[in-house]
Amino acid sequence: VRPEGHDVELLLVCAMVALVAGFVTRPLRAPAPGSASGRLRALEDARDAKLREIRDAELDLRMGKLEPADHRVLDARLRAEAAALLRRLDAAREEART
Amino acid sequence: MIVLGRSALLLALVLAPAGVAAAFVGVRRADARWSAVGRRVLYSLFGVLSVAMIVLEAAFLRSDFSLGVVATHSSTTTPAFYRATAMWSSQEGSLLLWVWLLAGWASLAVRSGHRRVPEIAACATCVLLAFALFFVALLVLLANPFAQLAVPPAEGTGLQPLLRYPAMMIHPPALYSGYTLWTIPFAFGIGALVSGRLDAAWIGATRRFALAAWLALGFGVLLGARWSWSELGWGGYWAWDPVENAALLPWLTGTAFLHSVMIQERRGLLRTWNVGLVLATGILAVLGTFLVRSGVLESIHAFGASTLGVPFLAFIALLVAGSTGLVLHRRALLAADGRIDSVLSREAVFLVGNLLLVGLAFVIFWGTFFPLISEVATGRRASVGPPWFERYTVPLAIATVGLAGLGPLMPWLRASPARLARAGAVPAAIALATAGALLAVPPVRSHPAALATIAVGAFAVAAVVLELLRAARVRARASGRAMPHALAGVVGRNRRRYGGYLVHVGFAVLLVGVAASSSLQHVRDVRLRPGDTAAVGGYDVRYVRATGHATREKLSLGAVLEVSRGGRHVATLTPTRGFYAVEDPRLGPVDRYFSGEATSEVGLESGLGRDFWTAVEPDVQALRPMIAGIDRRFPLASGASQRFLLDAVAERYRRFPPPAAFRLIVSPLVAWVWMGGLVMLAGALLALWPAPHPVLRRARLAVPRALRAAGRA
Repeated sequence: VRPEGHDVELLLVCAMVALVAGFVTRPLRAPAPGSASGRLRALEDARDAKLREIRDAELDLRMGKLEPADHRVLDARLRAEAAALLRRLDAAREEART
Repeated sequence: MIVLGRSALLLALVLAPAGVAAAFVGVRRADARWSAVGRRVLYSLFGVLSVAMIVLEAAFLRSDFSLGVVATHSSTTTPAFYRATAMWSSQEGSLLLWVWLLAGWASLAVRSGHRRVPEIAACATCVLLAFALFFVALLVLLANPFAQLAVPPAEGTGLQPLLRYPAMMIHPPALYSGYTLWTIPFAFGIGALVSGRLDAAWIGATRRFALAAWLALGFGVLLGARWSWSELGWGGYWAWDPVENAALLPWLTGTAFLHSVMIQERRGLLRTWNVGLVLATGILAVLGTFLVRSGVLESIHAFGASTLGVPFLAFIALLVAGSTGLVLHRRALLAADGRIDSVLSREAVFLVGNLLLVGLAFVIFWGTFFPLISEVATGRRASVGPPWFERYTVPLAIATVGLAGLGPLMPWLRASPARLARAGAVPAAIALATAGALLAVPPVRSHPAALATIAVGAFAVAAVVLELLRAARVRARASGRAMPHALAGVVGRNRRRYGGYLVHVGFAVLLVGVAASSSLQHVRDVRLRPGDTAAVGGYDVRYVRATGHATREKLSLGAVLEVSRGGRHVATLTPTRGFYAVEDPRLGPVDRYFSGEATSEVGLESGLGRDFWTAVEPDVQALRPMIAGIDRRFPLASGASQRFLLDAVAERYRRFPPPAAFRLIVSPLVAWVWMGGLVMLAGALLALWPAPHPVLRRARLAVPRALRAAGRA
């Protein structure tokens, strides 16, 4: 004699397996998604982080922690990096549009 | 529902290797579709493990003793709250919790990571699924939570009494969240090594997870310390126990990682160091789980010897060998071009701080594993005690607190000695004034390490607070707004930086609490009769009367203590000792309460300045003749009659109490340990909190047009 509720449990197990199988194999039945938006977001995050660094350096200067000459060196370095990021961001945007 | 739970676990065992294979194919062929299958397997794994968790949780709540794990870790007399959380006191339940948390955090991480760093996330998915496979295999093959008993008992053994403490039920999920969250930066670090993308992208993609791991692990450690102080009855919050140490190790290396990644993000330096640190932290997280679950080292927290030791060791060996091999393989890519410009810079302070933190971790690792090392080397198991740990960790900790104050004073790139001296003058003066004032206090004078820690702690707190005020003043001047508004603005605009500063303040406060409470505490072990008085640390403690109380779950015997100072009442404390029954039919109905486990309920009066801590050990030998007599006359008593007999024993103890042994402790600044810990957690939460978009928008708008023009040039 099967315990009460056994059938319901088996049904639930079958439903779980079917659901998982359908969900997992879906990408194989659909075209590969593009990842341009993710790359754009990563670049935007990197740009924001770099801008924060520029702002931090300015704050350090105004707080008197950095010598003006050192700030110029640091600021130039950070701005060069930010400029490179902006170039990559523009290129990625262009690529995403096309 | 047991079939459903067991099927969910079996499905997990099928899914995990299938996911590893799919993700591997995705990485090898650079095929986004197979990588997506791997990710979906991870999400599904979380789903099916959630089903297993719900089924097991329901079995605990229903007291379904047909499951061995429920019968041995719960009972019908266990309060509902503890029944709901008893799952993770068992080997099987805690492993299920581990892999469930891993699958949950990993799903979140790869979901966000695959958009930002697809190549790295694809490989990380493979690594995280391999972790899950190991734990699911352990669950199914060696520690199945759905294993059923041939003959279910009518009553379960009950939850281990020491674990019947509210914070202890949150402690394992917090600790395991920390451990499992550390596997995420570990997996992305491996992904970065495999894909060759060794810039700071993988760090950015996992920063929040690393911070959350640090927060959860720290919270778990703090809860464990609190449990030790208020429940274990030995009178301390840290015993250098192997399992405590095992949780501290990844926290220390993780702290070092969170600092040194900033050098890589800003300067592109320390790539090998960072990847090494994150790999070590991930492996230490698995090692911590191994220590708790294997019982290889003696610990209050270890859950006995088990069959899991060998598979765990093999897995850890694989992780170490694989990680080392990958780092060596990528050594050329990991080499950095630049170098640190000046020893007087924030990056240099971070680097020194890293060395101190890793030094601390090494000392603790060596002391923790010394019993195993000595056994392998000499054939004899020797261990080191708290004095050994303190000899090495105290100077390293003092130096680390000093750097927690010095770091915020330093700018990136280079600080001029004159400007640094100006910024550090006031904090240094405060530290010297603190040290001078403490020298006038005789007990502190004789503890130079405590004195140094408190003085350096004062320096760190002063440095951070003054730094924050200086930043707010600059902002107030620039914006024309009032100081409080400017202060909120400064913190809100850079939560990561000021969250970190708050952590430094909390760390300094915590270590001041540790230094004062461990060096300046007064401990006295006494044996008292009702009416007797003992003196400790300037307080008088009078044993007023005995207490006795029986419930179905336990028999509690204790004392009422009046604490006074100079004749003035300070507190009334009621420490007790709870005796829990052991399910052994060979023992009499009362004797079984005195043959099982016993726990202390501490009598505690906490204050900002000091804690007054008491524990009692009733002399149950004096009750033995009575217990033997009752058990002889009523050997089959149960239910209400058994409770009646227990009441009689409690009554007898209350009316004719024998002398009882007491431990009395007056410990200064213990509350600072908890306060400091909470401030650290608040700082981490602040750093984790996402910056509001308007701030970013303003920051973007503030970019000079020239910069954008340069970007297009």
